Amino acid sequence: MASVTLERVNKRFGSTRVIEDVSLDISDGEFVVFVGPSGCGKSTLLRLIAGLESITHGDLMIDGTRVNHLTPPERGIGMVFQSYALYPHMSVYDNIAFGLKLAKSDRQTVDERVRQTAKILQLDGLLDRLPKALSGGQRQRVAIGRAMAREPRILLFDEPLSNLDAALRVQTRNEIAHLHARLGATMIYVTHDQVEAMTLADRIVVLNEGHVEQTGSPRELYEQPMSRFVAGFIGSPKMNFLTALARAEGDAGCRISIPGIGEHVLPRRLLASERETRLTLGVRPEHLTPTAAAGDAGFNILNVEYLGSEAYLYLETPEGEALVCRTEAPAPFVRGDHVTLDFAPHRAHLFDHDGRALPPVHDAGTEPATAPTTFS
Amino acid sequence: MTLRMLKAVVLKIGFWALVGVLMLYAIFPFYYAVVTSLKPSSELFEVSYWIDDLDFSNYVAVPSQPAFLAAIRNSVIVAVSVVIIALLLGLTAAWALGRVRFRGRTTVMMLVLGVSMFPQVAVLSGLFEVIRTLDLYNSPGGLILSYTIFTLPFTVWILTTFMRQLPDELEEAAIVDGASPWVTLTKVFMPLLWPAMATTGLLAFIAAWNEFLFALTFTLTDTQRTVPVAIALISGGSQYELPWGPIMAASVIVTVPLVVLVVIFQRRIVSGLTAGAVKG
Amino acid sequence: MAARESHDALPDNARHSRSDGRLKRSAKAWHRERGTRVRRQRVRAAWLFLTPMLIVLAAVAGWPLIRTFWFSLTDASLSSLDGAQFIGVENYLVFDDGWYGILADPLWWQSVWNTLYFTLVSVSLEAVLGVIVALVLNARFRGRTLVRAAMLIPWAIPTVVSARIWAWMLNDQFGIINHMLLGLGLIDAPLSWTADASLSMWAVIMVDVWKATPFVALLVLAALQMLPSDCYEAARVDGIHPVRVFFRVTLPLITPALLVAVIFRALDALRVFDVIYVLTSNAASTMTMSIYARQQLVEFQDVGYGSAASTLLFMIIALVTVVYLYLGRRQLGGGQ
Repeated sequence: MASVTLERVNKRFGSTRVIEDVSLDISDGEFVVFVGPSGCGKSTLLRLIAGLESITHGDLMIDGTRVNHLTPPERGIGMVFQSYALYPHMSVYDNIAFGLKLAKSDRQTVDERVRQTAKILQLDGLLDRLPKALSGGQRQRVAIGRAMAREPRILLFDEPLSNLDAALRVQTRNEIAHLHARLGATMIYVTHDQVEAMTLADRIVVLNEGHVEQTGSPRELYEQPMSRFVAGFIGSPKMNFLTALARAEGDAGCRISIPGIGEHVLPRRLLASERETRLTLGVRPEHLTPTAAAGDAGFNILNVEYLGSEAYLYLETPEGEALVCRTEAPAPFVRGDHVTLDFAPHRAHLFDHDGRALPPVHDAGTEPATAPTTFS
Repeated sequence: MTLRMLKAVVLKIGFWALVGVLMLYAIFPFYYAVVTSLKPSSELFEVSYWIDDLDFSNYVAVPSQPAFLAAIRNSVIVAVSVVIIALLLGLTAAWALGRVRFRGRTTVMMLVLGVSMFPQVAVLSGLFEVIRTLDLYNSPGGLILSYTIFTLPFTVWILTTFMRQLPDELEEAAIVDGASPWVTLTKVFMPLLWPAMATTGLLAFIAAWNEFLFALTFTLTDTQRTVPVAIALISGGSQYELPWGPIMAASVIVTVPLVVLVVIFQRRIVSGLTAGAVKG
Repeated sequence: MAARESHDALPDNARHSRSDGRLKRSAKAWHRERGTRVRRQRVRAAWLFLTPMLIVLAAVAGWPLIRTFWFSLTDASLSSLDGAQFIGVENYLVFDDGWYGILADPLWWQSVWNTLYFTLVSVSLEAVLGVIVALVLNARFRGRTLVRAAMLIPWAIPTVVSARIWAWMLNDQFGIINHMLLGLGLIDAPLSWTADASLSMWAVIMVDVWKATPFVALLVLAALQMLPSDCYEAARVDGIHPVRVFFRVTLPLITPALLVAVIFRALDALRVFDVIYVLTSNAASTMTMSIYARQQLVEFQDVGYGSAASTLLFMIIALVTVVYLYLGRRQLGGGQ
């Protein structure tokens, strides 16, 4: 178990900057998830930490020691690959034992470790099987077993669930969470799936185009996204974005007017001048309250999705922007109805021209107090 | 309607006739060699298409010649050694060329490809000197060494093709497990490359078994010759007195193992040939 | 759904500009290995692993080639390789009361002509026959595997053996070919295939075509089996005549594979030795460059002169190879 520190880590492939000035502190025993859309650099970042790719410049520290030039085993990492990459010709036992044997452990230690690992992962009965005789979930567990058998200081997961079907993915996700609780090992996990990130992580690192958009606990990211990108990426269905005109309103924050909704005063600090500014309003689907409207006023319901526990209303603004609204099921609306929308002002987010979130009015009280947060 | 059916029937007959002709063309010469070899020398000069009665006198005559047995022994020694050496050197080279990017890699690839196109005659005098210097003239060692000129390039080429098809993550997993390149190659890749190695080895074996020019030039005495040279040099009193019966028997003896191998491993051989050529 | 969105499922161009460590395979492999210890270790290992092969190739190919070239500029003979004296280009061409040297030897020019003639005719026949055989093997019919195995037999038989078998079949007095042709009434008297100067080249070509057609057929067959079936179905739906389909669709698509096979065969044919040596020995009517060079080297023991012939042969083949590599690289340009 160990802490990991990245200091202004950069990675270039030729002239393409893939990772730009990433600084992070991962503490001992933490479960950190790198999440972002494809091409954001999250896998590259993981491979830099693993030592499979070299850092162009910047420092990588494990337990305070610079490890830029160490090989993966010297760094003490174990890694679970997306395709599992089990050795097809070796039995489960040999797959798990391979790294141990290479580390010149004596036979008894190897055997003990393999059996202990197998027990933790419920692979006891499968040790003599070849990977091709295993199910997807079992292979996944063997891959994890192989990564943890050498008792690495850090366990890395590169999209480990993407080859599993939906049901198995939920189950394996729980097993990984359980494993983390049991081992207490530092884990870094890469995924493009924000649900995986939200459910597993102690802390999420959202990456976009090679830089860190925001780090924070799942709740922080959900409730206080610091950019429009994070706000849109975290949460499903996505946060609604609407164009709004805003004017500063002293200590109360700012007054915005949105076509079709009306005016609201939001507790967000607008630093701009007296003039009206064009901003983006962000409201999550569950924070929009629909009310039946008279006649053609408000928003047209394009579709209603019934999901049992809840329902989604798909709306269209008069300007043609799409909105989603989450209500309790069954929804008292049908396709073609018109509704007006409302929301609690403190639930709404405002983003400026560059996509940055406007800070709350009472800054000091609501600022997340945890780990350093990097803005681009 | 009937015309169309007639056309279909004619086409079908034509197709099967074509298949028949091709089959006949492909196997008749070998079949005829078998027929000839099973005839007593007295009937040799009457053309016949069938095996009338079995006469094994030619098959008794050939192996009783010590020179022929020596030739078979030499051929086996040479071909097997060449296969082992080519696979050994080829496998390591294929790892380097197939899985590592480094400066000069393309140059080495081109060099290997270039050597595979060398005409054997072009190195004959130089190689003769090398072999004599190493004191390998008129010995299987000289042939083993010289045969690497044509077996090694295509072995490297084909194995490189197969090596590239192995997934990247498998090698990375080995790296994370702490495996050195040598361990990765021998413990992880080699077990997975057995089929490819069998294919390549088979091709190398056939090439070495069939080689003639070097064997003819770098050996001198009957006891050091290989099978092709032995067969090519069987002669009678004059051109018109060639002992055709024993020649055919010897030909059949040295060919049957190859034919059996080819029929069993035809799929592998095809994959090997195409892997080598398509990449070229 | 989430798995579907994995960037591995994206088309290459969608993640071209940026990398998530999952760029196109080649680019990824290239970039991954810059500068880490692992990378340095691997490059070192790569050279280490290449060294034995490079040493062997230098010993059996590089150095001998250089020596052959050197010998071609000397008066070396087989019995006194060490005492060779430098004589410039005299082996190639020299004026001494008339032109002497290889380039002035009519037999050399005849062997050049023979080689080119042999190459052109046999490779053309092999290409045409190879495509026909491949088309037959590509059809689905009972016993296809058996026929394909049978087609490999000529390829597997040692050249020397096939030359011997054909020599027997082509025997002027007792050969089955003459017997058949006489029986069919195609000829009046037995032909002396291997001895008659006007026929012997055809005899050699016959054997070579028999032996090498399977190789061409297999490469073409591999290409045929990779063809997309939907354009054939479309052609069938449109009612296009199969012959037209072959020339318009199939042939253009298998041309690259056919070209590779033809080049490989051409390089083999240019250095042909075994089949001719066994079938017609050193006869002038079938003498090729390899036969000529070896005869000078070994039988006449004139290493200098023979090496000069070898060098010329090497240069001709090198030229063909370079042209091929150039064309091949242009063709593969997009792929690499």
